[in-house]
Amino acid sequence: MRLYFEKRKTSSKIVLICVPIISLVISLILTGFLLLVFGVNPLATFSAMFNGAFGSSQNFAETLVKAVPLMLTGLGVSIAFRLRFWNIGAEGQLVLGGVAATWVALFASPYIPAFLLLPSVLLAGALAGAAWAGVPALLKTRLQVDETLTTLMLNYVAILIAEGLFYGAWRDPGGMGFPGTARFPQAAWLPRIYGRVHYGLVFALILAVVLWFFIYHTKWGFELHMIGKNRTAANYLGVNIKRTILVSILISGAFSGLAGASEVAGLARRLQEGLIQGYGYTAIIVAWMAQLNPFASIAAAILMAALLVGGDQVQMMMRLPSAVGLVMQGMILFPLLAGSLFSEYRLRISRTRGEETP
Amino acid sequence: MEDTMALQNDLTPVVEMKGITKHFPGVTANNQVTLKLYPGEVLALLGENGAGKSSLMNVLVGLYRQDEGEILVRGTPAEIHSPKDAVQLGLGMVHQNFKLVETMTVAENVVLGLKHLDFIPSFSEICRRINTISRQYNLQVDPRAYIWQLGVGEQQRVEILKLIYRGADILILDEPTAVLTPQESGELSRIIAQMIDEGKSAIFITHKMEEIKRFSQRVQVLRKGETAAVLETSKTTPSELARLMVGREVLFRLEKKICCPGEPVLEVKNLCASNEAGRPSLQDLSFIIRAGEILGIAGVAGNGQRKLTEVITGLDRADSGKVVIQGKDMTNRTPLDLIQSGVSHIPPDRISMGIVGDMSVASNLVMKEYRSEPVVKRGIFNYKEVAKSAKEKIDAYNISTPSQNTEAKFLSGGNIQKIILAREIGACRGLLIASYPSRGLDVGAMEAVRLQLIDQRNIGNAVLLVSEDLEELITVADRIAVIYEGRIMGEVPAEKADIKIIGHMMAGASLKGAAQAAAEAELGEDGI
Repeated sequence: MRLYFEKRKTSSKIVLICVPIISLVISLILTGFLLLVFGVNPLATFSAMFNGAFGSSQNFAETLVKAVPLMLTGLGVSIAFRLRFWNIGAEGQLVLGGVAATWVALFASPYIPAFLLLPSVLLAGALAGAAWAGVPALLKTRLQVDETLTTLMLNYVAILIAEGLFYGAWRDPGGMGFPGTARFPQAAWLPRIYGRVHYGLVFALILAVVLWFFIYHTKWGFELHMIGKNRTAANYLGVNIKRTILVSILISGAFSGLAGASEVAGLARRLQEGLIQGYGYTAIIVAWMAQLNPFASIAAAILMAALLVGGDQVQMMMRLPSAVGLVMQGMILFPLLAGSLFSEYRLRISRTRGEETP
Repeated sequence: MEDTMALQNDLTPVVEMKGITKHFPGVTANNQVTLKLYPGEVLALLGENGAGKSSLMNVLVGLYRQDEGEILVRGTPAEIHSPKDAVQLGLGMVHQNFKLVETMTVAENVVLGLKHLDFIPSFSEICRRINTISRQYNLQVDPRAYIWQLGVGEQQRVEILKLIYRGADILILDEPTAVLTPQESGELSRIIAQMIDEGKSAIFITHKMEEIKRFSQRVQVLRKGETAAVLETSKTTPSELARLMVGREVLFRLEKKICCPGEPVLEVKNLCASNEAGRPSLQDLSFIIRAGEILGIAGVAGNGQRKLTEVITGLDRADSGKVVIQGKDMTNRTPLDLIQSGVSHIPPDRISMGIVGDMSVASNLVMKEYRSEPVVKRGIFNYKEVAKSAKEKIDAYNISTPSQNTEAKFLSGGNIQKIILAREIGACRGLLIASYPSRGLDVGAMEAVRLQLIDQRNIGNAVLLVSEDLEELITVADRIAVIYEGRIMGEVPAEKADIKIIGHMMAGASLKGAAQAAAEAELGEDGI
C-alpha cells in the first residue's frame, strides 16, 4: 500500500472549511499528550478550559473582552495577507494606537470639546496604527525592503516607546509607584455593554461586515485579489499596485491602531503594561484560521480568546501553567498551514499488486 | 492499421499503454487509450488542446494515476506512482514549462533529487560527467552556470541533459519547440536523431504539422480523449492529420478583405530602450500602423520584441523616442493610461501574465471591464452583469469550461488564450498588440485566433502582431517588418513577402542585402 499526492482538477471548498476544524482537533490531541506528561487528565482540563471560557455569562464576557482586540487585529492583518504583504506588525500598530489614544485623552483633551474627545481618541489610535504600518509599506513599495523584517522590528520599537512613556514621562505621579499613566478624563472612556465588554466589540462586528463588503463587492477588493494572486497580471491589467498596497496596508494598520485605542479607552482607561498582551501575534493565527474571511475571523478570534481565558482558568483551578492556552494556539497553526495543501492536492491510497517492478 | 506496422510487430514495444482511462471531475481526459512506442522510434502525439495528450503522458510519468488500464514497460507490467518510479524505469519527460531551480547551477539541477548522492556531492566529478554527456550529444552548456543566466533554449538542453544523466532512454517531450527559435529547434532535431540512433525512443507531443514530418516515424492522433488514428508519418499528409485532429477540414489559407488603411493609430518614433544590464535592446526604432491594417513583426525571439510591446503598453520604459497613440504622446505612461487610450495587449506568457489563475473564469473575463458600468457601478460590483458579460464571451469565443466559476488555472492552454482574447478584444478601442498569440495552440484554436486578429483589422483597429511563425505572419499581416537586435531591418508587404529574404533579415541583413543574398543563393542552386 502506498500513499501519494495527486493534484486536484478544481480546488476543493469543503477542504477549506474542514482544515481549520481538523487543525483544532489535532491541536487538542497534541496538547492532550502534553497534559498527560504533566500528569493531569486532558479531558478534565479541556472541560475546565471550556467552562472557564463559556461556562457563565461573566466568563463569556471575559472571553469577548479578549476577543475584541483579536477581531480587530485579525481583520487588519487579513487585509495585508490577501496582498501577500506579510504584516506581522499588528502588535506594534496596536500598541502605538494605544499610545496615540492616550496622548489625546490625557494631553490634548483641554483643547477638544467633550463630545468630540472619544471620537478623537479612537481616530488618533487608528491614524497612529496606520502610520506605523505605513512605514514598512512605503519602504516596500519604494525600495523593495522586505516587510516581514520591518513590521516585526517595529513591534519592539513601539513596545519600547510605550514602556518608556508609562514607566517614565507619562507615569502617574499619584499612582503609588505602579507603572502606568493617570486615568483618562471620563469623556474619553469607551462605554461598556456588559461586564467589561466595551463598544470595541460593536466596532469589530461592523468593520467585519464593511470589510466583507469591500473585499467581495467592490473594485478595491477585486484589485486586492488580483494583486495577491498574480502581481504580474495585475500590473499588466493596469492596476496601480503600489498605491493599492500602500492604501491597504494603511487600512490594515488602522484596524490594529483602533484595537489599541479601544483597549486603553475601554478597559484600563489608562496606558499600562496590560495593553501589551501579544494580541497582534495571535491575530496572525486568527487570520489564517479564518482563511482571511472577515466573518470567520470573528469566530476564530472568539476561539483564540477562549483559549486564553480558558488557559487562565486552568491555571487557577488546576495549578497548570496558563501557557496551556498559548500552546494550543500555536499547535493550531501548524496543521492549518499544512492543511492548505489539501485544497489543491488529494491524498490517494493505492494497493500495490504482488509483483513490484524494480 | 495494424498491418501497416508489420515491421514492428515482432518487436516488443518499450512502452505499451493499454486501455488507459482517466477521469477528472466533469471530464474524461482519456478514454480507453492504447499507445505503443517501439525501440528506436519517435512517436508523434498529435491533438487539439484538451484532447488528452498531456494527461496521458502525465499518467505515463507517474504524475497522475490512471483510473483504468495498464502500462507495460519493456514487456513487464509497471506500477508508476511517481516521477521517481518513472525515472527508475528509464522514462523521462521534458515539460513545456521547465522544472528547474533558477537560483541553482546546471550541475546542481542535474543531480537534484537523485537518491544515491553523496552527503557532500563532488561537483567536479558531476561536472565532468555532464561535460562527457555534453560532448557526446553536442549539448553545449556550462555545468557551473546558474539557470537564471541561461536562455530558454539552453534551459531545455539542461532538461534533456538531466534525463540522459539519470539514464533515461525513453524520452517524452511536451511541445519542445514551442519556446525555441528556428535554429534551436533544428539543433533539437539533431539531438533527438542522435539519441534515436543509439536505440533510445521518444514520444513527441506537438501541434505543428511540419514537425511531425521532421521528427517522427509514426504519429498517433488523439481527439476528445480517444485515439483517432495511428499512422506512419511517411504515408500521411498534413491535411489528413489536421482533419483527424479536429474532425473537420481546416483552412490553412485565410480569407482576407483588401487592406484599406486609414489614419495612423500607433506611431513609434526613434524609440530607444535598454535592458537591466544597461545594454541597448531597442535602437532607434520607428514604424507606423494605421487603422485597419496589421503590421507583423518577424524576428528570432530575444531581439527586442518583448521590450517593444512592453514599452508601447507601459509595462517598461523607453530611454528616448516617442510612442504616439491616436495622435497623443503616450511615451512612458502607466499601463492604465494606455489601456484607457484604447490599447489591448495579448501578452506572450498567457499563464504568468495573461490571467489570474486562482480567480474564476468570469472574473478573468471582466478584468478590463470592471472599471466601468455596467459591471461596476460607483465602485460596487454587479455580479449579475459580470455573469452576463462572462456568458456572452464564453459563448462567443467558444471557451470550454466546466462553469464560469471554475478557477482559470484549471483550463487548457487554448481555452486560457481564448479568455485573454475575449477580454482584450472586448476592450480594444484602436490598437491591438498580440505577442505570439497562437503559440502552443492546436490548429483549430490557432485558426480562431488568426481570424479574430483579421476581424479586428476589418472593423478598423490597428493590429501589431509579433510572431516567430512566418506562415502566420504572411497569412495574417498586411506588412511585415523584421526586427534584429532591436532594429527594424526592413519592411515588406505580406503578399510579396519572400520567406528567404525575411530569413536573411532575421539573421541581420538589411532589406537590400537580404534580397541580394537570396538571389545569389537561387543562382547558386541553379548552377548546380
